[in-house]
Amino acid sequence: MAAKLELAQNAAGRMVPTTVNGRQQTPYLGVGQYHPHGQKAAPPVCSSNEYPENGDKRVADLETALRNCGLQDGMVISNHHHLRDGDAVALMALQAAAKIGVKDLLWFPSASFPSQKSAIELMEKGVIHHIEGSMNGPLGDYCTQGKMRGMGILRSHGGRWQAIQDGEVHIDIAVIAAPTADPFGNADGSHGKSACGSLGFALADSTYADHVVVVTDSLIPFPCIPWQIQGNNVDYVVEVPSIGDPSKIVSGTTQITRSPDRLRIAEFVARFLRDAGIMRNGFSFQAGAGGIALAFVDYLRRMMKEDGVRARFVRGGSTKYLVELLQDGLTDYILDGQTFDLDGVKSIANDPRHVATSPFTSYNYHGKGNFASMVDAVVLGATEVDVNFNANVVTHSDGRLLHGIGGWQNCLASGCSILALPSFRDRIPVIVDEVTTLTGPGELVDVVATERGIAINPRRQDLLDAVKGSSLPIRPIQDIKAEVERICGGRPARPKRSDRPVAIVKWVDGTVLDTVWQLN
Amino acid sequence: MPESLKSAEAGHWGNDIRSDLHVAIEPRDSGGIEIGLESRVGLYYGSSILAQAGEVLDALGVKHAKVSIHDEGALPFVISARIEAAVKRAGLGDGKKSLPEKVALPQPSSRDRLRRSRLYLPGSEPKYFINAGLHGPDAVILDLEDSVHPAEKDAARVLVRNTLRAVDFGACERMVRINQLPLGLEDLAEVVPESPDLVLIPKVERPEQVGEVDRMIGQLKTRSKTDRPIWIMPILESALGIENAFFIAAVSPNVCALTIGLEDYTADLGVVKTAEGRESLYARNRVVNAAKAAGIQAIDSVFGDVADMDGLRRWGENSRAMGFEGMGCIHPGQIRVIHDAFAPSQTEIDKALKIVAAFEEAQQKGLGVVSLGSKMIDPPVVERAKKLVARAKQMGKA
Repeated sequence: MAAKLELAQNAAGRMVPTTVNGRQQTPYLGVGQYHPHGQKAAPPVCSSNEYPENGDKRVADLETALRNCGLQDGMVISNHHHLRDGDAVALMALQAAAKIGVKDLLWFPSASFPSQKSAIELMEKGVIHHIEGSMNGPLGDYCTQGKMRGMGILRSHGGRWQAIQDGEVHIDIAVIAAPTADPFGNADGSHGKSACGSLGFALADSTYADHVVVVTDSLIPFPCIPWQIQGNNVDYVVEVPSIGDPSKIVSGTTQITRSPDRLRIAEFVARFLRDAGIMRNGFSFQAGAGGIALAFVDYLRRMMKEDGVRARFVRGGSTKYLVELLQDGLTDYILDGQTFDLDGVKSIANDPRHVATSPFTSYNYHGKGNFASMVDAVVLGATEVDVNFNANVVTHSDGRLLHGIGGWQNCLASGCSILALPSFRDRIPVIVDEVTTLTGPGELVDVVATERGIAINPRRQDLLDAVKGSSLPIRPIQDIKAEVERICGGRPARPKRSDRPVAIVKWVDGTVLDTVWQLN
Repeated sequence: MPESLKSAEAGHWGNDIRSDLHVAIEPRDSGGIEIGLESRVGLYYGSSILAQAGEVLDALGVKHAKVSIHDEGALPFVISARIEAAVKRAGLGDGKKSLPEKVALPQPSSRDRLRRSRLYLPGSEPKYFINAGLHGPDAVILDLEDSVHPAEKDAARVLVRNTLRAVDFGACERMVRINQLPLGLEDLAEVVPESPDLVLIPKVERPEQVGEVDRMIGQLKTRSKTDRPIWIMPILESALGIENAFFIAAVSPNVCALTIGLEDYTADLGVVKTAEGRESLYARNRVVNAAKAAGIQAIDSVFGDVADMDGLRRWGENSRAMGFEGMGCIHPGQIRVIHDAFAPSQTEIDKALKIVAAFEEAQQKGLGVVSLGSKMIDPPVVERAKKLVARAKQMGKA
């Protein structure tokens, strides 16, 4: 059992554990208040003459690779989610570790997916001690039911880079799934039968882990061009028949929402960018692959065409809707974090204006700046938002883990962060007095767009002034909340929670923003 | 237990169901009320649903029964409607109603208000009601007729009544399409006390049918002590109805518009309904002419392909050219296209404004003849221009 639990109240008023998995934690101090010092972490010194001169680092299988890397009990193994729900490599690696007979591994995926639910068996058997990475579906339930031995740690994409770079997490072995690779370990995500686009999530691991294994189902002779992962960081290359299920790696086509309410929200957001003057020549925006976000891009594209406006860059998750902007000359570049559909993959492989980025370029707290804060507007979702614009993206209103943080927290740094959400779901109002799990501080959330109106954070007087005279329904957030509560027949009851933490939510700087509690 | 009592149910539940609930009720001789609840939102509204169910059963006069509720996130007005329907089906209760909290009624609607679009909402699908008004149709139609299964008519009637009472449709005119008579008279008894703005009567063939509805509405309004207008829009859906169009339009001053139902009309003729509508040209012309002769609005049918926005636009523009002032819609996505199609073009508006200005100038100068440039303008042209300017103003275009 863990040592006696101590909780501290952080700057957001949330009770958070001071020690997690044996490691001292800093409670959240406020946006931009945490200024860590010291040196960045680094992998051990190695000598190139210890590696094959002919550059052929292939070994027979993952088990051999892990043995050669010196896998031991309690080590940290990392994987990445660029193959999304189609990934087969993470489980392959964990099962190879199980075969070797090691125990108590810390699994450090950049995100986990429902198809990886057999990781639960490996936790039951003691192979995995706990998971630090997003958990949803069966893994999320396992964690929130309090069955995991250690505490879960949820980090943003940028926060994962931060934790690797400042040494909070030391990766012993990184296992990287590669849609194309050469025997030296150079790897690329844009080509091959399991092409997924960018490999950016694996980049930190490839440079900071003690050992790096590349696993591919499309081995080509040196050189693999372009290389997103550099072979000079790679210890071993393993060839397997398949790294995953291509139908679940990327969607054939991403679908715009058909819901009239959601289309209305999407159109509101596009009109907001236009009316607030954010949509202007040389601007930039980011939108993901959710139904509302896709529809938003489609509306914005029409408005940009009408007004003759061209963006300097847009940021993905790329989809065919962003690709259309590029092809129609409505943006100069796509700076892509991950690639969601076949049009996106084709574009990133063939169009030099469609560029793969990583959490280092975009989100990293320890970088000398990052792209996210240079984006003019970002459109995000959320499960709940409160009257002070604090938002929850990781749990249901009952506290069950639902989503990873992804780049969500990092994107709040943009010039105008917009949450686009229906005002209620299944009778449950989305605007609440206090969010169940704080994931984003309200001072960084600028706009909440619902089908019943748009609320602007009172801290953003500039935005309130900019849309004066617009025909959009701009309303105080309390107003929308009151209307929805009237429709829903009063405020919902707040489910009781236990007082046992099962996971923590980190802020982008590595401090502890909130706690996920065991479900009764 | 009396023989008239039986187990009964109402509403829907299941993974695909949203904003509805299923109520099963077993009458009992004694033991009071026992309520079991499973709810998608049980953590948040479980105790509120149980309390509401108890109050509704009490208001309906149910003393002893076992009630099982499967809730899929239904709003309070739906919960009480489903319980009431189940209670009535079980033969329970003392005939009372359980009415949800009432929202303020919108402004009474006028006889010649803007009726470009009317959005059909199936009367047994509560999930479509809540946000329908947000999409900005000129009217919503709570439909009790063709979109409701014959076995669901009673439950839909109670649900539509509660909807009229509890849902805020904003600036929309609140219409109800009742069933054909005599079933439609039962619909009227339930909904008229909740002041719909307009009643659509389906499959009208003779003026007497409209007269009967008009009288019934009048009686129900007297009983409810209200003189708020409830307009009538007969739907002509057969060859005979079309032949009688003018008499139907002129039968009561409460008839504000005439419309046509093309599915049934083309079936009656035994012809195929096409996107161009050649087969119904005569009928539609006849409806326009009869309506204008009676001094009321002519409103077109619906356009059934929700994916074909270009086809819808062509249909709407053609409708307007024929003299219709609006049409039905079956998806919120059609609303804007219809509004655009029925709006006068800027060229038309500019020309009309010039004509009206010339008319006013002539009036000021005491001239009998109005002229614009070198052209003399006839009085009917001035009248048409005035109407067009007034409509454009209503649409926010002039």
